[in-house]
Amino acid sequence: MSGQTYQPQSRFMKWFEARLPIVGFVYSTLLTYPTPRNLNYWWTFGGILTFMLVAQIVTGVVLAMHYTPTSAGAFDSVEHIMRNVNYGWLLRYIHANGASMFFLAVYIHIFRGLYYGSYKEPREVLWILGVIIFLLMMATAFMGYVLPWGQMSFWAATVITNLFSAIPGFGKAITLWLWGGYAVDNPTLVRFYSLHYLLPFMIFGVVVLHIWALHVPGNNNPAGIDVKSDKDMLSFHPYMTVKDNFALVLFLIVLAWLVFYIPNYLGHSDNYIPANPLQTPPHIVPEWYFLPYYAILRAIPDKLLGVVALFASIGVLAFVPWLDTSKVRSARFRPLYKQFFWILVICGIGLGYLGSKPPEGGYVIAARILTAYYFFHFLVILPLLGYIEKPRPLPASISEAVLKPRKA
Amino acid sequence: MAEPTRRDFLYIATATMGAVGAAATVWPFINQMNPDASVLALAATEVNLAPIEQGQIITIKWRGKPVFIFHRTKKTIDEARAVKSGDLPDPQPDEARVKKGHDQWLVLVGVCTHLGCVPLGHQGDYNGWFCPCHGSHYDSSGRIRKGPAPANLEVPPYEFVSDTMVRIG
Repeated sequence: MSGQTYQPQSRFMKWFEARLPIVGFVYSTLLTYPTPRNLNYWWTFGGILTFMLVAQIVTGVVLAMHYTPTSAGAFDSVEHIMRNVNYGWLLRYIHANGASMFFLAVYIHIFRGLYYGSYKEPREVLWILGVIIFLLMMATAFMGYVLPWGQMSFWAATVITNLFSAIPGFGKAITLWLWGGYAVDNPTLVRFYSLHYLLPFMIFGVVVLHIWALHVPGNNNPAGIDVKSDKDMLSFHPYMTVKDNFALVLFLIVLAWLVFYIPNYLGHSDNYIPANPLQTPPHIVPEWYFLPYYAILRAIPDKLLGVVALFASIGVLAFVPWLDTSKVRSARFRPLYKQFFWILVICGIGLGYLGSKPPEGGYVIAARILTAYYFFHFLVILPLLGYIEKPRPLPASISEAVLKPRKA
Repeated sequence: MAEPTRRDFLYIATATMGAVGAAATVWPFINQMNPDASVLALAATEVNLAPIEQGQIITIKWRGKPVFIFHRTKKTIDEARAVKSGDLPDPQPDEARVKKGHDQWLVLVGVCTHLGCVPLGHQGDYNGWFCPCHGSHYDSSGRIRKGPAPANLEVPPYEFVSDTMVRIG
């Protein structure tokens, strides 16, 4: 894929470009890069995610200038940031709510991929890199939540690190190794701090690979059909730069709403209680973006199988390019798949709701049904649909699809 | 050039808003490195002078640095005032380094003006302080007399809340 190349005008630029062609690289990657002209707003979330990664890193680095990573000092240092540090309250709330918005964006981004078949040939590696980014994000968010060393921080750390003890044989040893002691304590906190600082930069590296893997075949588009000619395309700048910026502004309004009006809404008030290893809060719940996986974990009655199901529910995503046997990419032309897609969305939201409830009575039964359905969707429905579904006729080209009135 | 168009206006207005927005966004990230409220709260320290005997020097901490408070005898004050300004590498009369009516109280930042070591009290050749790092001698008014230090010991901002209480900073 290529647009026009950069032609340096001044003597200095010609000299520089011959030695390190970075301006030309930015030019062809971000300015003249051809994009399908029919992209809709679901395509703006990649850019939003990149922005959020940088925002989290920047706010995180400045917070790290004031945070004390010890079990004795952590909680108070967060209050110090909130009360003493200039604009500390703002930086902390942006970082905490930014994490939630980061996950909101990534879920929309993933579901966009599922709907429009962006994981299909030739974008399988792009998709798998995305799954890796998602896993790294989850690890980063988990460790970040431990750092304030509140009751939820401590007990979430205890519950999640205890998962590893389910591994037969050396599970307990691994858990001790993770803890650096006989329970979650200071050594655990300090190493989580180190890794929480490290992982975002690894995410950044995988994001670079992710964008590279995207630029090889070019973007998918809502019609899911291949680009036929230059008529199907627009240069990234100004069309997509402006569109991405506009979407980003709307997204940031939502973030600002949280930060300035309801900064603790998505959090749990128990995390304003300093960690107490001798008393577990009545209901341990993770942050909202982990709730569906928490529901799956608790739905399975066996300890080890619950852990396996948790990781499998994310791992199964990596196989979607091969589980889905349909030759048609976009759900726009797949009437059956479209319905199952929305059922999956509702299933995900349902699991999230159940993750916030105590694991009793009807909630457990419901969680088991939805967990079973979740795996059924990926392992049974996706492979079957390719054979039994009759797709609608695809448009001849993107420009034709854009110019003809679209039927829902 | 041709008449400015609506597009020109929009470009300039947008760029200006963008610049203002960028500045507003960047400012908290820069300002967070400025001293925070807890540091500023320690910017002023009150010291009770009543327990300090004549001839005694005490050291307290102010803004993270040592501050010497010297309760001078009349003899010490007269000595300090008898020094000719020609003998001083950094000329300054003793009267300018104390508060009128409280001449017996000398308040100094205990950081050598050479390279920052803490000078030792009641030492040196001039009845004041001696800095062991590179051999600077300060007199009983905290003025540099001999050695590599270029300036007199700094007098911090302070005021007498009462005759026995001083607020530094």
